[in-house]
Amino acid sequence: MRIYVCVKHVPDTGAYIALTGKTSYDESVKFVINPFDEYGVEQAVRTVEQRGEGEVVIVTVGKDAAEAAIRSALALGAHRGILVRTGQAFLDSGQTSRALQKAIEMDGRPDLVLMGRQSADVEGMQTPYRLAAALGMPVATNVVSIDIRKDRAIVEREMEDGSREVMEMTMPCVVGTTKGINEPRSPRLVEMIKAKNKEIRRIDITDLSVEDSATGAELVELTRPPERSRAVMLQGDPQEMAVELVRQLRQSRVL
Amino acid sequence: MARIGVCIEVEEGVARDANRGVITAAAEGGNEVYALVSSGDPAALRGALEPYGVRTIIRVVAPATDLAKHPDLEAQALVNALRSYDLRGLMAPGTIQSNDRLARIAALLQAPLALDCMAIDVSRLVVMKSYFAGRSLASIRLGGTPWLCSLRPNAVEARLAPAQASVETFEAALRSEDSQMEILETRKSAGKSVNITEAMIVITGGRPFDSEEKFRLLHECAEALGAAVGASRAVVDAGHAPHAMQIGQTGKTVSPRLYIGCGISGSVQHYAGMKGSQVIVGINADKDAPIFQKCDYGLVGDLFQIVPALTAALKSR
Repeated sequence: MRIYVCVKHVPDTGAYIALTGKTSYDESVKFVINPFDEYGVEQAVRTVEQRGEGEVVIVTVGKDAAEAAIRSALALGAHRGILVRTGQAFLDSGQTSRALQKAIEMDGRPDLVLMGRQSADVEGMQTPYRLAAALGMPVATNVVSIDIRKDRAIVEREMEDGSREVMEMTMPCVVGTTKGINEPRSPRLVEMIKAKNKEIRRIDITDLSVEDSATGAELVELTRPPERSRAVMLQGDPQEMAVELVRQLRQSRVL
Repeated sequence: MARIGVCIEVEEGVARDANRGVITAAAEGGNEVYALVSSGDPAALRGALEPYGVRTIIRVVAPATDLAKHPDLEAQALVNALRSYDLRGLMAPGTIQSNDRLARIAALLQAPLALDCMAIDVSRLVVMKSYFAGRSLASIRLGGTPWLCSLRPNAVEARLAPAQASVETFEAALRSEDSQMEILETRKSAGKSVNITEAMIVITGGRPFDSEEKFRLLHECAEALGAAVGASRAVVDAGHAPHAMQIGQTGKTVSPRLYIGCGISGSVQHYAGMKGSQVIVGINADKDAPIFQKCDYGLVGDLFQIVPALTAALKSR
């Protein structure tokens, strides 16, 4: 079984993002593997471990620094990686998906493709769908459970109210993972050392000819959200503060 | 003046409230709004759609199959309807189900798509989205036709624009055999179903709420407020609340009129899920908690005295 896991290299959400231009930001902040993708890597590695056979291949579209995300995934137990190199900080989802599709199909025959349901930077929530369309596979995201039968996958999607939609898909398929599907392992030192010697193949995105796959969505400007003005700190004992809060909220018609 | 489609999200035969703001946004500038209904009885939905300006309801069906069971076929049927009616754009509420629906359609059309938008300028086709868990706002131009966009619930206030709607039927010649997926069942969660994303008032418990009795204090306050109850990741991870209640980067995003965080420190990851709230109240025993730099009203003190006091203050006149 060959499982491809698409991972993205994204700024740590705890980091302060300094905007440096109309559509650029200071990329010297700490970057990590997209948290949602980590669930996908863990799921792929567990699946192969449980079956006693198979290969987990990491595919990433990103700048050279994105190799770090692949190494993180390799340290979690993935076998090898492919980096599709781009010079752009923000890449159109249509082009990203086409690049992932071509890189995967050039590499081998996928049985399953996993990725996070969204990236922590642009929160597009659409690459899994575009990738699936390019691969000709069915797709489900926000998945919290995957059960692989012979040529079908039974997945459970978590809905807003906590209910679960149970769906059957033909294999191979694309699945967008989210929190709740598993608990990613902490990489042990021995795995981190092994990861350094695992293969990462590099492809340049210009060699994949994905320009025509651009969707037409264009980032025009990045801005800082307006800060809230200084908070009104209420005074007094709990009863006094509570009464004052209710009074203020009713007066300003919030309540 | 363009024809804009709104994919109406229907839950157990009823149109969800979140559709209304989307209809208002789509109608901006005199656009003709076409409501696309792929499940439920369109005639029964008239009452929910006409008050906001819908003049045409298109019932999308595939006689040879059940679109409700095959999301891939449903998306194809909606693509066919979009082409048939020459719709310039397609909008929907930013819910899990509708985001999924629009993403499938956008993938088939290779069209520009922006999900969970906080604002849209339909004439310039520029939307605003959160980037980096809300640290930045991104203005994105949807430079293609058709374009697709979903709106965060409560992002656009619904405006009344009463109209009379006609119902038409669009049939797609799709068969079950053409589908690669099937919804087998929807398993309801045990206990009360919780949907906090559309609530106008939300009260949330953080780490100190580590028992059922403590959560009961929150629920009592919520009842007095008419609020939905949320939880921080710490509370969910400790098993004191289901994931459906989690607000934050790996949970839900809420945009209520009033958000009250009890024992919420105000971490970036949690804040990402509620920074769109109109008014934020922070209640915490720690006067240095980051939440106090990011709220409108701050109360420092013992949570387990303040919350019941709040309940009492709400109940008295």
